[in-house]
Amino acid sequence: MPEPLLEVRALDAFYGDFQALFGVSLRVAAGEVVAVIGANGAGKSTLLKCIAGAIKSRGDAILIDGQPIGNAPAHAVVARGIALVPEGRRLFPSLSVEENLLIGGQLGRPGPWSLKRVYELFPVLAERRQQPSTSLSGGQQQMVAIGRALMSNPRLLLCDEISLGLAPIVVREVYARLPSIVAEGSSLVIVEQDVVQALKAANHVYCLQEGRVALTGAAGTLTREAISAAYFGA
Amino acid sequence: MSAPFRVEHATRSSQVGMAIFAAALVALAAAPFWGGRDDLRLLSEIYAYVALASLWNLLAGYAGLVSVGQQAYVGLGGYVLFASTILAGLHPFVAVPLAGMVAGVVALPVAGLMFRLRGHYFAIGTWVVAEVFRLIASQISALGGGSGISLPAGIVTSMASSRQMREFLIYWVALALVVVVLGAIVLLLRSRYGLALTAIRDNELAARSNGVDVARTKLVVYVLTAFGTAMIGALIFLQKLRISPDTAFSVNDWTAFVIFITVIGGIGRVEGPIIGTIVFFLLRQTLADLGSLYLLMLGAVAIAVMLFAPKGIWGLIADRFGWQLLPLERRLHFAPDARTT
Amino acid sequence: MEWANIIIQGVLIGGLYAMFAAGLALIFGVMRLVNIAHGDLIVLAAYVALMTTDTLGLNPLIAIVIVVPIMAAIGYALQRALLNRTLGDDVLPPLLVTFGLSVIIQNALLEAFTADSRRLKAGPIEVQTFEVAGVWIGVLPLLQFVVAIAVIAGLQLLFYRTALGRAFRATSDDQSVAQLMGLDNRHVFALAMALSLAVIAVAGVFLAVRTNFDPAIGPARLIFGFEAVIIGGLGSMWGTLAGGIILGVSQAIGAQINPGWQLLAGHLAFLLILAVRPEGLFPKVQT
Repeated sequence: MPEPLLEVRALDAFYGDFQALFGVSLRVAAGEVVAVIGANGAGKSTLLKCIAGAIKSRGDAILIDGQPIGNAPAHAVVARGIALVPEGRRLFPSLSVEENLLIGGQLGRPGPWSLKRVYELFPVLAERRQQPSTSLSGGQQQMVAIGRALMSNPRLLLCDEISLGLAPIVVREVYARLPSIVAEGSSLVIVEQDVVQALKAANHVYCLQEGRVALTGAAGTLTREAISAAYFGA
Repeated sequence: MSAPFRVEHATRSSQVGMAIFAAALVALAAAPFWGGRDDLRLLSEIYAYVALASLWNLLAGYAGLVSVGQQAYVGLGGYVLFASTILAGLHPFVAVPLAGMVAGVVALPVAGLMFRLRGHYFAIGTWVVAEVFRLIASQISALGGGSGISLPAGIVTSMASSRQMREFLIYWVALALVVVVLGAIVLLLRSRYGLALTAIRDNELAARSNGVDVARTKLVVYVLTAFGTAMIGALIFLQKLRISPDTAFSVNDWTAFVIFITVIGGIGRVEGPIIGTIVFFLLRQTLADLGSLYLLMLGAVAIAVMLFAPKGIWGLIADRFGWQLLPLERRLHFAPDARTT
Repeated sequence: MEWANIIIQGVLIGGLYAMFAAGLALIFGVMRLVNIAHGDLIVLAAYVALMTTDTLGLNPLIAIVIVVPIMAAIGYALQRALLNRTLGDDVLPPLLVTFGLSVIIQNALLEAFTADSRRLKAGPIEVQTFEVAGVWIGVLPLLQFVVAIAVIAGLQLLFYRTALGRAFRATSDDQSVAQLMGLDNRHVFALAMALSLAVIAVAGVFLAVRTNFDPAIGPARLIFGFEAVIIGGLGSMWGTLAGGIILGVSQAIGAQINPGWQLLAGHLAFLLILAVRPEGLFPKVQT
């Protein structure tokens, strides 16, 4: 079996004395879409932050192409091809829409994504390119955040709760773009509270409960009951 | 109805500390009888710095108001003393508390302006205020303008029956002043205000949401600090018998040294300035010949302490051993029958 | 015409103050740090210029090309080695460390150069003047003012039209997300400090030509820069220029009334603005 693109091995994570993750393991193969679901506080965002390098971990707890990057700083992880769309968008208020996208491409990593290609994916952004990023609607800001992460031409895109605070129709619009992103060569890890949406979009699902993996399997094979039990704890 | 608990402050180490202080106080009060002129002068200088550093510590370490302009009040105190004795004929020892009161009043509008600035900008703002005071002082020709003025011989001799008696009196007043300042600080910190201050120091937002009137607490501390600082300044220049704008408002003498003392001794702890002053004077006795190299080293040591031991010498000791020299801890002591589940 | 002269002199020196201020404002904008040693670094630049002109025999205005990279390198190293360690939520460490740095620089300069007053010679340009509508304007002050405008315009351009400027603004907005864009904060902050010291270098050379300098005049320059920033308003480079000009003009008017009032007039203008309009005259609107 070929090396998975991303492997997380027995990852622990702490906020001071508080332990948020207990021995979490996860794999993402190239071209896959993996969903991570779970209740609030289950540790989903923490997992993504560890992978992205925003939280330092044990070196061999996170491997990309088999190479340990667990203790690499965030800016080095981006250079390796992992980009995070942070929870709550976190756009730069001093920058315009276009500037937010451009700074995503700061590193100049080669690949299919460019300003032009991002505008093709999200045409509404092209119309508003010079506007301050925070003047856009929630859904449009989410598109900017995704576009910004894409500009680094990531091999793995981490999406932290991109449906948060958005109307259902807008969520569907954003998710409708995901297949194009995968088609261009990025694998995805999506963290979602919206279980239905997550199951529809993903190949493989992990369910976290209080910092541990409670359930994992191919998206189509998991039953409602199993998910419910894993989500809330039996 | 008495409360079901009482607050205890003393610990074993603070009892030892208080005993040491009491013994030291007796010995130091008797200094005129075992020490010479130079000893008394040195001790007075030490007292002044302990008091100035303790006040700066209260302002910066507890209230979070990092001022690099306290020399404004040192100089103001000195000038009020010289002005009131020379121009209004007041007795110098009466002029000392007067200097404090004038400073307390002046501190109010100053605070009104300075509190519009935050953090680093507040610091520089206080420096500007000190500069303004210095420039105004150099314009007052009745007090010597830019070159300063000496205390007239008549006033000097009127203070006591002999030169020796005068020096004894000034020494005792200096000792009394530092004891009063330290005592007031300890009492303040033990009171509700002190609890509010510690809360503000730890987390201003949380303190505010718990009902602490942050703005008023800071104002009170700022004014009280100005009051104390000016009295010390008045006494310093009374002892020097001469004042000038540059010496009165010197950043090096009244701010740089004070800050270094407090940082090295330990910010945010009452024992810090005391330890820091001792270290500072030990260094000075051994190294002062080096002139500007000495200041350079002092700066480097302060930076090193700030980066590697930010709690200062006493901070390290207190953390390691849990000691306190002054009874400032708060422990709740419940009456046996009042305890709930 | 007397007053027109006074105002013009004030405006021209305001350009120098604006340069003092620009470096200060830049650092505060990017990393919320106020460098208490800022004024002493200006004086250091003046002494570096002194050494450069002494050893190479260059005109100080030409020597700027050498002083700027030297100071920029010092700024980068200073930030990486020392100041990056002080950044964080607490106000005390950067303040105390830069204060300590100020004392160190002043005394190091004192040891190396003594307290003697120095001045750099720029040649005949120092005394050249020309007349415009009955007012005499010095060529050197005018040159310095033009350079100040160029520096500020350059900084604006850099901040708003270049990738580096984008990096500065993003890091200033949100440090942790900037890291997710591949920006190494330590490097970005060090570049900002290098840029600040580059501006300081230009200001320092002009200071050295214009006035007598010695190791102790640093704090006063810090205060002028600070006052110009507050008067102009935080967050706006052109506001900083306006602040510098207002400060310069206030000082000039004060000096005209009574020579001993020059500095005081400037301080009072600053305090007045602080009392009446604390956000400054041209503050950037915060989103």
